[in-house]
Amino acid sequence: MKIEETTSAIVDEFGNFDDWMDKYNYLIELGKSLPLIDDKYKIESNLIQGCQSRVWLHAEFDGNLVHFTADSDAVITKGIANLLIRAFSGHTPQEILDSSTEFLGEIGLTQHLSPTRSNGMLSMIKQIKMYALAYKTKQALGS
Amino acid sequence: MSTSPNTGSVAFDLAKIRADFPILGREVHKKPLIYFDNAATTQKPKVVIDALVDYYSNLNSNVHRGVHYLSQEATRAFEEVRKQISVFLNARYCHEIIYTRGCTESINLVAFSWGRASLNPGDEVLISALEHHSNIVPWQMICAEKGAVLRVCPILEDGALDMNAFVSMLGPKTRLTAITHISNTLGTINPVKEITRLAHQNGTLVLIDGAQALSHLKVDVQEIGCDFYTFSAHKVYGPMGIGGLYGREEILNAMPPWQGGGEMIKSVTFEKTTYNELPFKFEAGTPNVGDVLGFGAALKYISQLGMDEIAAREHELLNYATHRMQADADIKIIGNAPEKASLISFMIGNIHPYDAGTIFDQLGIAVRTGTHCTQPLMDYYGIPGTIRASFAFYNTREEIDQLMDAIAKVKQLFL
Ligand SMILES: Cc1ncc(COP(=O)(O)O)c(C=O)c1O
Repeated sequence: MKIEETTSAIVDEFGNFDDWMDKYNYLIELGKSLPLIDDKYKIESNLIQGCQSRVWLHAEFDGNLVHFTADSDAVITKGIANLLIRAFSGHTPQEILDSSTEFLGEIGLTQHLSPTRSNGMLSMIKQIKMYALAYKTKQALGS
Repeated sequence: MSTSPNTGSVAFDLAKIRADFPILGREVHKKPLIYFDNAATTQKPKVVIDALVDYYSNLNSNVHRGVHYLSQEATRAFEEVRKQISVFLNARYCHEIIYTRGCTESINLVAFSWGRASLNPGDEVLISALEHHSNIVPWQMICAEKGAVLRVCPILEDGALDMNAFVSMLGPKTRLTAITHISNTLGTINPVKEITRLAHQNGTLVLIDGAQALSHLKVDVQEIGCDFYTFSAHKVYGPMGIGGLYGREEILNAMPPWQGGGEMIKSVTFEKTTYNELPFKFEAGTPNVGDVLGFGAALKYISQLGMDEIAAREHELLNYATHRMQADADIKIIGNAPEKASLISFMIGNIHPYDAGTIFDQLGIAVRTGTHCTQPLMDYYGIPGTIRASFAFYNTREEIDQLMDAIAKVKQLFL
């Protein structure tokens, strides 16, 4: 599935909730169901700086597609990580770089996008794009 | 602060007081704002906002410089607030009050003026495990520069300062101790008078970080006996970006200026500059006149309410919230020192403070979550942070009830 297809599916899912509690409930479910990251990746170098909760993001590149796994000690942050992984994991570096993150605003999570120090979403997105850029460069160099 | 829960005043007209604070009438996420982040900054009464508008509408001009009417009028008002602050803190002289941007700048002033002139390699500065980063980092910087040693007095499990350790850490090389009056994270009220007495016996200077104290209790710098006392207006219902340093005259006189510029000099030639006297020696550049006047309005406002009244009311709120939280086995209060100001740091089970804070926010409740700029203290307790609800006199029991309802919701969602 294309990234845009996934993100519009996510927007549709969140469109079903009128109540903020239901929305957060869903996010919490997503957080709890985020596949566990291998403990060996929960290391300092995978830690995303600038979050109130600790977030680890691990990326692997199979030469064609980038695969992400993540974890956080806060459940809501984990829920957001789940959404981001669902959207961006398993795509080529170029697809990831070309994609828009507007869907997060559309599902009413803009408050998590504010550039405050307390949340990790913006940093997670930045990091995902950085990985994509790094792997794209690697690809171009043919190594 | 050891009033019993029943002595809280009822003469306090809460509805009228709340109406003095325009922001308390607003909504957040379509719910009435419940503001429990008073330790971060307090809200401003209309008289403070009006003072700012009045200054810029009617009085704006540079102080101490012009012979013209406006400048003289502004200078008079500006210096009157200095007098007002000195009375509020019971300093001996007005010129013992130095205007700064706030507590952080005041501590930096002492660290870099006094510290640079007086610290020698091997000297020690003693702080505590309770300190805010702004009472840690300036000392780390100056100690590194001068080859001095920063020592940290531990706390007891309940969050009180370990006074036995404090006494034993005061040594022949301890030149200064910098301790907070009230912990912004745990609420602990430190025995600052006793700390000062012990330090002075040892020939050690004392700086008290009063950021959290001015709004909660009557501060008397002469009774405490400390050499320096620092404060921020925005934590006492005044504007942001203004605050001050109280310093004992003899010590301030002996200290070199910190920042250079206009206003702090007596005469300047390229060969030699002679410095102005106190307090101007430490006030380089055009000061923040408008916010000083706002600060004056804030102090006048709380003085009219009465510090004893405020302390009693806040104590009542603290007791009520503490009792309600203690009744819930899932809530763990971090910091149970016998003497506490009106704030509670807590955890709900092992729910991450960020998760809880996000839900509170949706319910219109503003609390602080995280490490509260006291990372070493969180490391001591081995927790990622806490949720902190800090109360002011304009808060109500009903708001605390709503916080408890919100906690129930958080538990339902995460436990
Ligand atoms: C105990 C304590 N000290 C110092 C500060 C720093 O105050 P300011 O940021 O106003 O300079 C604060 C503010 O959070 C504080 O709570």
